[in-house]
This record gives sequence, structure tokens and C-alpha cells, in this order.
Amino acid sequence: MKNKTKIPNFFLGIILAVVYLPILVIVVYSFQDSKISTVWEGFSLRWYRELFLDRSMREAVFNSFILAGISCINAAVIGTMAAVGMTRISWRSKGLIAYFSTLPIMIPEIILGMVFMVFFSFLGLPFGMTTLVLAHTAFCIPYVFTMVRSRLIGLDPSLTEAARDLGAGEVMVFFTVTLPLIAPAVASGMLLSFAMSFDDVVISIFVTGAATNTLPVKIYTQMKNGVSPEVNALSTIMLGGTVLVLLGSELIRRRDKK
Amino acid sequence: MKKEKRKGLAWLLVIPFYFYTIVFVVLPLAYMILLSFLKRAEVWGVTKEITWENYRNIFEPVYLRTFAESLKLALLCTFFIALLGYPFGYFMAKLSKQWKRRVMMLLMIPFWTSALIRMYGWIIIFRSNGLLDQFFMAVHITEKPLRLLYTYPAVVVGMIYALLPFMILSVYSSAEKLDWSLVEAARDLGASPFYTFITVTLKLTMPGFLSGVVLTFIPSMGLFFVADILGGNKIVLVGNLIQEQLMKARNWPFAAALSVVLMLLTSLMLAIYRKAAGVKELEGLF
Repeated sequence: MKNKTKIPNFFLGIILAVVYLPILVIVVYSFQDSKISTVWEGFSLRWYRELFLDRSMREAVFNSFILAGISCINAAVIGTMAAVGMTRISWRSKGLIAYFSTLPIMIPEIILGMVFMVFFSFLGLPFGMTTLVLAHTAFCIPYVFTMVRSRLIGLDPSLTEAARDLGAGEVMVFFTVTLPLIAPAVASGMLLSFAMSFDDVVISIFVTGAATNTLPVKIYTQMKNGVSPEVNALSTIMLGGTVLVLLGSELIRRRDKK
Repeated sequence: MKKEKRKGLAWLLVIPFYFYTIVFVVLPLAYMILLSFLKRAEVWGVTKEITWENYRNIFEPVYLRTFAESLKLALLCTFFIALLGYPFGYFMAKLSKQWKRRVMMLLMIPFWTSALIRMYGWIIIFRSNGLLDQFFMAVHITEKPLRLLYTYPAVVVGMIYALLPFMILSVYSSAEKLDWSLVEAARDLGASPFYTFITVTLKLTMPGFLSGVVLTFIPSMGLFFVADILGGNKIVLVGNLIQEQLMKARNWPFAAALSVVLMLLTSLMLAIYRKAAGVKELEGLF
């Protein structure tokens, strides 16, 4: 059944336009020359240049990449192993642990942030990159785990059985049959967790130390002081990054389908 | 023998997962619950004394008002989100396959970009003499700038903006699975479009709609940064209160108690949802 009138399409269009409005505004304003005015005063890359010259900004970018990179690799290893292992064990605790593992993306972010903050200080861990990685890994694992698990459920078990019947060992079967089959799910889970970790501000605010800034944390602190053109430029770069990651994951999905 | 070997290997595979989940999810949550029952020390940290004091404090009028304010805002936002998100998801499900994919992609891009950055765009729009003011003055809706930034409406718009995709995706995933022949059957049997919508379409998309309500209602109580950025310091939500108690007042046990209550409210919502929709998983998530 198709939409009969133009009204639904009009409605969809309007909402999508409003959804993109703030994003568009940021991108356009990041190329504007003047510092405060709302009126357009000419194209300029001035704010990008200033951004690249800012040392603390470069550090924040570096930290964010390291953090998201390590967290998503951790999540990929732990989450994939678990999803594969879970299909073969029959422990009673299985369902409960799987449920607990998804809590980090189910409960409000602010609670997760505070939980980590009080727990890490209870353990006496120094706040900084270590605590950031520990916290981010916790909320990245569920993305990889759930994606790989749903991929495994859809797999034809006769494939691995055939390999085993032909004499391949357990480890061999995993690396030559199972892993290539679940690789797309692992990859998109990793990309998703990378994007989530790279974007996270709420949890990072709670678990980072005074000396370690990530990009979103830096943006947040600057934003509270009002509008600044550097933040426009920075946000535009981050938007570009996210779009690239998304397109990447879409490409993986398409190739997977073929 | 083979069987035993298989099990031995699987055991090794899940150990890191078990370890991580127990040490970095279960234990921290348990610690937070314990903390909420501890007495705050005079200067720093907590004592070993068990007390209900933190929970009693929540019932002080100031804090009760914060909870009421948060609930009110969450209800208001959820209402508007439903009003906009339900038709969007419903209409989207009726698009051609190709357009479905396109609209989905268009929705996902902002969804995965930082909510913080998108809020920032609203600052530029809302600030006094900003884009919106300029536009309104240009078309003579108002003569003076409205100065919407740091007001209640700004926070409501920000919340709606941040959470709308959850409602859309939930409704869409329900409406997509809808068997349209049922709708046609009802129409053929003489039901009016409105009556058909209420008795067939709405009923069948109810699980998606309800999961959208849960997915928007719960976060809207904890999204402290929206209230922070678009509301200045004027609007204090439970999320802001927790952050304030944690970072500024340094009253960790009280912050823990607030979080426990917020989590209980959240679980209550989920339980009601499960009962009402008769399903276990939230529609639209994974």
C-alpha cells in the first residue's frame, strides 16, 4: 500500500530538513570569517588553521583516536570470543551474564558514568587513559557481542560440521570457516563501537583525569562558554569522520550481501 | 573425547567476557548500591556506617521538585516525540524499498553523530540575534529578538531533537512488519479510514510505539548535557542533580542514591512496557 497523497512525503521532507538544519548551520559557520556575527562575512579557512596550530587540540584528537582504537579492539576480541564461545557452553549463568553485559548500553549514560567514577576511585586507579579505556571497553563490548551473536545464529551449522568431518581441528575450523563468515559482523560491530567511543562525552567526563582530554570533552567544556568558531571547525571535522565511518560500514554490509 | 575438547575450548573463549562483565559491570553497580546506603564522611569519602539517610534526603522538597520537573519534561518531550515520530515511522514504512533505504541512511547519519555537536548547532540557531531571531524579525513575526537560548522551550526542542530517531526507528520497525492486507481487508469491509487506523494499524504497531516511548522517556530524564547547554543553569533535571552532587558537592552517597532511584524508575518503566506490549525485547534495538 503506497502513500496516496503528497502530504506524507512532504512531512518526511520537513522533518528531515529540521534534523539536518543544526548540522548544516555548524558546517556553514565553520567556514565563515568573522568571529561573532550571525551575518555571513565571507569564506575563510581561518578557524581550521587556528585549530591545527592549537597544541592541546592536537593532543585531544590523538587521545580520542587512541581511546576509540584500543576500546574497539578490546571489544572485538572479547566480544567475538564470547559470542562464539557462548554457542557452545551450556552454563546456567550464560543468559544472566549476557544480560548484564548489555547493561552499559541500556542504563542512562549518566548513571554508568557515575558508577565507573566511584568504582575506579574505590579501586584507587589513577584517572586518565587507563580508566577511560576500561570504561569505554565496557560499553563497546555489547555492540560487538550482540552483532556477532545474531550473525552466528543465522549461520548454517553444516558448514563447520563439514569442515570438522573433513578432519579440520577446532582451532583450524574457527580461523578458516567461522571467522571469515562472521568477519563482517565483527567489522561493523567494531566500527560502531569506535564511533560510539569517539563520540562519547558523558561517560568520559566522569572517568577522565585533569590531564587527559578527549575531543568531545574538550568541545563540551568550550561549548559551556558559549559559541566559538573553533568549535564549529572541530565539529565539522568530527561530523566528516562519522560520515566516513558510516559509509565504511555500509560498504562492508553491501559487499557482505553479494 | 572430542566433546570434552570442544567444551574445554569454549570455556576459554568466554572467560574474558565473564571476567569483564563481572568486574566492570556487576561489581561497579553493586558498589554503587552499597554506596547509596553509606554515610558521608565529614570531609572526604564515606564512613562504614549503614544509613537510610541518603534516600530520606531525596524526599526533601527541593529534590522532590527536581524529580517532578524531570518527569514533567520527560512527559512533555515524549508527547511531542510521539506526535512527530509516529507519523514519520508510519509514512516511512509505506515508502518504496529504495526510498526506505535512502531515508534510513539519512536518519542514521545524524543519529550516530555526536548528540553534543548537534546540540551545538541549536545554540547558533537559538542564541539571541541568532539565526532564528534574524529569521523571525525578517518576516516580521517578532520585532525584538526572542532570546530563546537558555529557556525551557530550547531544552524541549533539544531533547526532542536528540531522541526523535529512537521513536522513528521503533515505530518504523513495527510498521514495516505490518501486514497491509489486514488494513485493506478492514477497509473493504466498510470501516472508515480513521476507524481502520485505530482498530487495526495502531493496534498492530503498538509494540513499536510503546518501545519508542520507553526509549525516549528514559533517556530524557538523564540527558543532563542538553539541559546544561541549551538551558544554562536554569533547568535542573535529575541528571544535572546527580552530576552536581558528584562533581561539585562531592556527596557521592547521595548521588548514588539518586542514581539507584532513577534506575528503579527506569526498570519500572521497562516492566510496565513489557507487561503492556507482551514482548521481552525492545523493538527497533538490534
